[in-house]
Amino acid sequence: MKLTINGEEREVHSSNTVTELVEELSITAPNIAVALNCQVIPKSRYPETPVKEGDQIEIVHAVGGGV
Amino acid sequence: MTETLTDKPTFKIGDKTLTSRLIVGTGKYASFEQTRIAIEISGAEIVTVAVRRIELDTTKDSLLNHLDPKKYIFLPNTAGCYSVKEAVMTCQLAREAGLGNFVKVEVIGDEKTLFPDNEATLEASKLLVQDGFQVLPYCTDDVVLCKKLEALGCVAVMPLAAPIGSGLGIRNPYNIRLIQEAVSVPVIIDAGVGTASDASRAMELGVDGILMNTAIAGARDPLKMALSMKMAVESGRLAFEAGRIPKKLYASASSPLEGMMDL
Repeated sequence: MKLTINGEEREVHSSNTVTELVEELSITAPNIAVALNCQVIPKSRYPETPVKEGDQIEIVHAVGGGV
Repeated sequence: MTETLTDKPTFKIGDKTLTSRLIVGTGKYASFEQTRIAIEISGAEIVTVAVRRIELDTTKDSLLNHLDPKKYIFLPNTAGCYSVKEAVMTCQLAREAGLGNFVKVEVIGDEKTLFPDNEATLEASKLLVQDGFQVLPYCTDDVVLCKKLEALGCVAVMPLAAPIGSGLGIRNPYNIRLIQEAVSVPVIIDAGVGTASDASRAMELGVDGILMNTAIAGARDPLKMALSMKMAVESGRLAFEAGRIPKKLYASASSPLEGMMDL
């Protein structure tokens, strides 16, 4: 299944939900947040939120920044 | 007496009770370790962070591994956002990432000056206040705008002193004074400070605090500058509270004229 993750087209194999996607991508960064097709997904809903072919996904975290 | 003088009274921004009037950014440092030490030296209690895409396929270190969330209040910003939608979503992502509901809203309107789009800032602030955020908006030093931002529920206003990263210091102290008098929420100078005297001068005007990043991170020795800024902010605040003498054109001797010898 093809997804666009952080602006990059990617083939994922075993991810049907956001939880599975985060696992498949082996994301280790602490405190991430996910938006699916421009909707912010609450963490508690990762297990029940499906990802489908063509979905646009943003996975973000805090970085150094000021003004 | 000395104890009461050096005791720093607390003040509030939204629901946060604070002692330090210096808010610092976490960008542009040479390393996470330097970021951590500089922030510690600055004495800041609030630190700003940006929200960005994670890099896939790496196990790169993360800033949050170096900043103790028990020690600092995070203030995620919407730096780089040019629209209401981007700014609102960035804040929602920050909250979901566990960074809290205290947010610095900036909607940029011009690439060269990084001046804010005030109309979009008002709109984004309104939506975010409705969504339960405590909003600290970056804005121009405009009294009317700051009053509008206060009216819609922002917990502070953050007028710029000069363009972001310019180091030009306070370009219009009169406007800052007017804003200070016009609103009852805290006024935080955001952006434009270059060196310690700029920070002192801002605090002497009676503003509640200063947010800076480049002035510290971009200094030749960021750690020394962090200490300098801490002292400048404290010093300027004390001078404001102490009340400066009026400026006069002519001299006024401070030694008594009585008892002068006939020589």
